[in-house]
Amino acid sequence: MKILVGIKRVVDYNVRVRVLPDGSGVDLDGVKMSVNPFDEIALEEALRIREAGKAEEVVVVSIGGDPVQQQLRTGLAMGADRAIQIKTDADLQPLGAAQAFLKIIEREEPGLVLLGKQAIDDDNSQTGQMLAALWGRPQATFASEVVLDGQSATVVREVDTGLETIEVDLPAVVTVDLRLNEPRFVKLPDIMKAKRKPLDVVPLDELGVDTASNVEVTGFSPPEQRGKGIMVEDASQLVQELKNRGLL
Amino acid sequence: MSRILIVAEHDGQALNLSVAKSVNCAQAIGGDIDIAVLGSGIDGIAAEAAALDSVSKVIAVDADHLAAPLAVNWAPEAVALADGYTHVLGPSSTLGRDLMPRIAALMGVNQVSDIMEVLGPHAFKRPIYAGNAITDVACAEDRTVVGTVRTASWKAVASGGGASVEQRPANGSAAGHTRYVGLKVEGGERPDLQSAARVVSGGRALGSEEKFNLIYGLADRLGAGVGASRAAVDAGYCPNDMQVGQTGKIISPDLYMAFGISGAIQHITGIKDAGTIVAVNKDGEAPIFEVADIGLVGDLFQVIPELEALLG
Repeated sequence: MKILVGIKRVVDYNVRVRVLPDGSGVDLDGVKMSVNPFDEIALEEALRIREAGKAEEVVVVSIGGDPVQQQLRTGLAMGADRAIQIKTDADLQPLGAAQAFLKIIEREEPGLVLLGKQAIDDDNSQTGQMLAALWGRPQATFASEVVLDGQSATVVREVDTGLETIEVDLPAVVTVDLRLNEPRFVKLPDIMKAKRKPLDVVPLDELGVDTASNVEVTGFSPPEQRGKGIMVEDASQLVQELKNRGLL
Repeated sequence: MSRILIVAEHDGQALNLSVAKSVNCAQAIGGDIDIAVLGSGIDGIAAEAAALDSVSKVIAVDADHLAAPLAVNWAPEAVALADGYTHVLGPSSTLGRDLMPRIAALMGVNQVSDIMEVLGPHAFKRPIYAGNAITDVACAEDRTVVGTVRTASWKAVASGGGASVEQRPANGSAAGHTRYVGLKVEGGERPDLQSAARVVSGGRALGSEEKFNLIYGLADRLGAGVGASRAAVDAGYCPNDMQVGQTGKIISPDLYMAFGISGAIQHITGIKDAGTIVAVNKDGEAPIFEVADIGLVGDLFQVIPELEALLG
């Protein structure tokens, strides 16, 4: 079986993002970029499945301009067998990304597609579900446990009410949550080895995908700040303050 | 004028509070508001939905294969009902986040995730970068708007109305490729974290699963729900579904009390909409004090028993 893993280049999770004063976007100048952390977990899971002998090949796919090759190389250094860049300078919305992924799926025919549950830049949490819908296949979102069993997978999902278990036939789309695993660290020899692994570039135009979007971002603003609070000295002052505010 | 369809979240027993909050968002969009209730044995839930203020009509689709909230089964039913509506809304809970993008894709549109403010029928504000930036988005007026409502940004509408309930047969049948196995509920008898008026939360400073009982004790005294920071969850002091923050639950209780939580950005994202934030932490420099309305620098192992004594 082949596993396809989608990875997105995003602002590193340690960076505190700021909106530009003119509201035209967020300040990305000189900011560290990384693999979306949820996608890293998806790749780790794919590698573990391969290492357990349940898959033969792991392919990482990313959409974007040439800078995404850095993140694809990171994926190859982690252990993916090969990489595909869907090349475009356009900023695709989730539906366009899902359509582009579907074209790659039709070529590659994977048994499992693993994605992060959301990207930490736009926080949309849409692409995996949309891909499953367009593909007409099962979706198991927010996975905290994935067990493959022949032609199906049992997935534990982190939902608001607890842990939900579903069973899906393969091929399927699984989007992963934080607690699924802890991604491995990349070692220097692996980085050297990754440079020789295949990285195919597929121009988005060649895929015949209509990426026009019905949703357009028109402006950016900083979040509202909460007003300055007060400090109290001890528990009794705290209780008094809560009573004054009608909260007790 | 807009015609808005809200896909109702429920657990098979009762309507989720997120529906009343989604109605509030729909009111801001303006227009006719209908609610679709999908499930099995849902007469009581449909009646609850019909009682919500401003609702024109409830459409109930009662079928065995809709009993579990599987997106693969619910999405095609919602799409079949969506004809003629300008907006299809669901909550930004895990149920909505699973379901709504599948609906959007089947309808050939992108989704507006986490609507926090309505600027016009086709213009919205939503958070990105874990709430560190807010974007304005504009939607094409000739396409259906599919969106999730960021429930923490909206107030539940009151109940007391009496809209009609229309029964419709299911359009499709069960997707054979996906099977529901079960749900393990971890929360117990305490108020639901997402709808509780008061929430007491604990962080890594609690130090152990056993000592986390202090948090449960105070919460029970206050009739509060219990939350935790990611650090406390990762350390194994409490179950995953108690995690509050960007990667956990985003909540908006009237009162939020954080004990031994330093206040990482990802946690603050989950509590920014709380009415009043109380922080108790030994470290006076902890970032949680930047957002706290009432701060107390002190040892939680001393403060919590004192609070319990004062609350009688």
